Amino acid sequence: MKRTLHTVWLVARRELRTRVQTRAFVLGTLFMALLVLAFPVVTLFAGASNAPEDELSASDSTTRLGITQSANGLADPLERKAGVDRPAISVRKVADTETGKNLVREGELDGVVAGTPTAPELFVERHVFPHLERALTTITYNNQLDAEMSRSGLDPEAVRDRAGRGEVAIVSMGESQGAADGPMAGISDAEKAQRLIIAMISTFLLYMFLIMTGQMISQGVVEEKSSRVVEVLLSTIRSTELMAGKIVGIGLTGLIQFAVIGVLGFTAATATAVLTLPTFTVAGLLGWAVLWFLLGFTLYATMLAAASSLVSRQEDLQSVITPVIMLLIVPFFVGVSVLPTNPDGTTGTVLSMIPGFSPMLMPMRLALGGVPLWQGALSVVLSLVASAAVLWLGGRIYSNAVLRTGARVRLKDALRAS
Amino acid sequence: MPEGALEIDRISKRYGDVVALDEMSLTVRSGEMLGFVGSNGAGKTTTMRIALGVLAADSGEVRYDDAPVDRTIRSRIGYMPEERGLYPKMKVLDQLQYLGELHGMERAEANRAANRWTERLELSERRDDQLQKLSLGNQQRVQLAAALIHDPAVLILDEPFSGLDPVAVEVMSTVLGEMRDRGVPVVFSSHQLELVQRLCDRVGIVRRGRMIADGTVEELRSSGPVRLNVHAPKAPDDWAEGLPGVKVESHQNGHTTLRLDEQADDQQVLRAALDTGPVHEFSRTRPSLTELFREAVTEEPDE
Repeated sequence: MKRTLHTVWLVARRELRTRVQTRAFVLGTLFMALLVLAFPVVTLFAGASNAPEDELSASDSTTRLGITQSANGLADPLERKAGVDRPAISVRKVADTETGKNLVREGELDGVVAGTPTAPELFVERHVFPHLERALTTITYNNQLDAEMSRSGLDPEAVRDRAGRGEVAIVSMGESQGAADGPMAGISDAEKAQRLIIAMISTFLLYMFLIMTGQMISQGVVEEKSSRVVEVLLSTIRSTELMAGKIVGIGLTGLIQFAVIGVLGFTAATATAVLTLPTFTVAGLLGWAVLWFLLGFTLYATMLAAASSLVSRQEDLQSVITPVIMLLIVPFFVGVSVLPTNPDGTTGTVLSMIPGFSPMLMPMRLALGGVPLWQGALSVVLSLVASAAVLWLGGRIYSNAVLRTGARVRLKDALRAS
Repeated sequence: MPEGALEIDRISKRYGDVVALDEMSLTVRSGEMLGFVGSNGAGKTTTMRIALGVLAADSGEVRYDDAPVDRTIRSRIGYMPEERGLYPKMKVLDQLQYLGELHGMERAEANRAANRWTERLELSERRDDQLQKLSLGNQQRVQLAAALIHDPAVLILDEPFSGLDPVAVEVMSTVLGEMRDRGVPVVFSSHQLELVQRLCDRVGIVRRGRMIADGTVEELRSSGPVRLNVHAPKAPDDWAEGLPGVKVESHQNGHTTLRLDEQADDQQVLRAALDTGPVHEFSRTRPSLTELFREAVTEEPDE
C-alpha cells in the first residue's frame, strides 16, 4: 500500500512538473487570468454608463436623508434598518417638505421623507436607492400592521412576541450563517443577479477546465502508448498505479490553474465592487466549485483515460473520446439553458443529482442559492459512487488495452481480455 | 552480488485460438548470458513480457532464486522492450532519475545512478537535452541506461542490438559482459546470430512457442549434422551414393560436400573416396549457429 501510494505520487509529480513547466500552461493561465480580470472591469464601465447607483454607492457610502416633522416616527427605524452591508442612512430633520426638496436639489441631501409613518412619501432627484425603498416599505408595513392590530384590540408587542416564536430553519448550503440571514425571498434582486452571474461564470469555468484537463489526460495516455514508454513503465509499476498517478497529477495541474483564476477573479470582482456579496459567501461558492471540479474531474478523467487507452495514435483519439466529451457538453448546455430561469424546478433538481449532470448543474444551483443540504449531499454521494464504478471499469479497460499497440482496440475486447 | 537464476517454467499463453507460448521453459543461471533466437512471431517477446509481469501467463511460473517472481523481484529486473520508448520531451537525466525512482530508488540515489550511467555511456553532454533531440544511436544508449539505472539483479533485453551502429554494439556488448561477470543472469533476443554466437554462453532456439534447442553453442553445434568436405579429383558423380547415412549435398569438379547423420561412418566414406583415386582434402565441419538456426526453424514446416 505504501509502495503503491509512493508510486502514484511519483507518477503524479512527473505529470505536474512536466505540465506546469510548459509554456502552454504559463501562457494559458496568464491569458485566462487576464480574461477574468478584464470581466469585472468591463462590467464596471458598462454598469457605470447605465446605472448611476454604482457611482453613488461607490463614492458616497452614506445616504443622507431629510425627514419632516410629520414623518419623524420613521427616523429611528430607518437608521436601525440600514444594515451593515447596505449603505448606511443618516437622518436629519428638515423644517418642511419644500425645504427638504430644495436641499435635495442643491445636493445637500439624497432624499426627503415626508407624509406619515404609515403613509410616507419619498422625494428624490432620481430613484436610485432601492435599499431606501426597501427599508421604508418594511417599516411602513410594520407600522400599518401595528396600527391595525391596535384597532382590533390586540397588543402589537404581545402579538409580535408570539409570532416571533414560529421559527423557520433555513440552511443555506455552503454559506456560513452570516450569509444565510434570510430566505431566498429575502435575497435582493441585486444579489440574485450577482449569484446568477457567479453561477454562470463558475459553471463555464468548470466546464472549460474539465474539457482542458480531459484533453491533457487523453493526450498523455496516447503519448505514452505511441512513444511505447508505457511498456518500460509497466515492467516496474502497475497499470492502475500509472492511471491513478496520471489522473492525480493532471487533476492537480488543473486545480492549481482553477484556484489561481478563481481567487483572482473573485478578488478582482470584489475589489471593483462589481461583486458585493459577503466574502464568506464567495469563499463558500469557490469551495463548492473546487469540490465539484474534483468530483467531475475524477469521473471524466477516468472515462477519458480508459477511452484513450484504446487507441495508439493521436489521430485516432477523436473518435474514442467524442462520446465521453458529449457526456460533458450535453449537461453543460442543459444546465445553462434550464437552470437560470428556474433553479428549483423539478427537471433541474433531479438532473443536478444524477452523476454526469451533477458536476455541471449542482454548482450552478448552489451558486444560485437555496439548495437543501440533503440534495447537495446526495449528489456528492451519487457522484462518488459513480466515480468508484467508473474507476473500477476504467482501470480494467486501461490495463487491458494500454499495451496493445496498432489498431484501435475494441471496447468489448478490452473488457474481456486479461 | 546477485546469485539467483531466472527460471521460466512451462509457461503457456494463448490469444483466442492462437497459441503464443506452449509450455515454454528456459533457465538463465547467475553469471550466464543466454541468447534467445527464433523467427518473428515464435514467442520471444511474449516470453519476456511474461517474465516481466507486463503480461500474465495462462499457466506456468517464472522464478528467481527459487521464488516466484513477485513485485519486489520484478522491480529488480532490468528490461529493454523491443519497441523502444521513453518520453520524447523529457530530459535525459530527469527521465533516468524518474525511472530509477519508479524502481524503488531514493531520489538522490537515482540521481547519482543517472549521472553515473550517462557518463559511462558517453552521454554526459546530452544530460539536459530532451530525448527527442538525440540521435537514434544515443537514444538507444539512454534506453540501455534506463534498463541498468537501478542496478538490476536480472537483465531481460528484447533485441538490444537492433538498430545499433558498430560502436554502440561494442559498448552494449561490453556492458552486458560486465553485468554477466558480476553474476547477473542476462537474457537477450537477437536476430544477429554471429553476435549471439560470439557473446552468449548458451543459446535457446524457440519455434512456435516452444524451446526446441537449448545449450552451449558447442553443444548445439556438435549435436547438429556433421558435414564432410572431400576433394577427390578422379571421383565420379555418384561415388558416395549408397553409403549408409550419407547425403550428397553438392558435387563439383571433384569437390563433394556430404552430410552425415548419426549412423554414418566417416571412415567408410574415406575408404570409398580413396577407392576412386587420390584424396586431397577430407575435412569435417561443424555447422554455424546460423545453419543450426535455419535448420531448427525450417524443419517440418507444417506440423
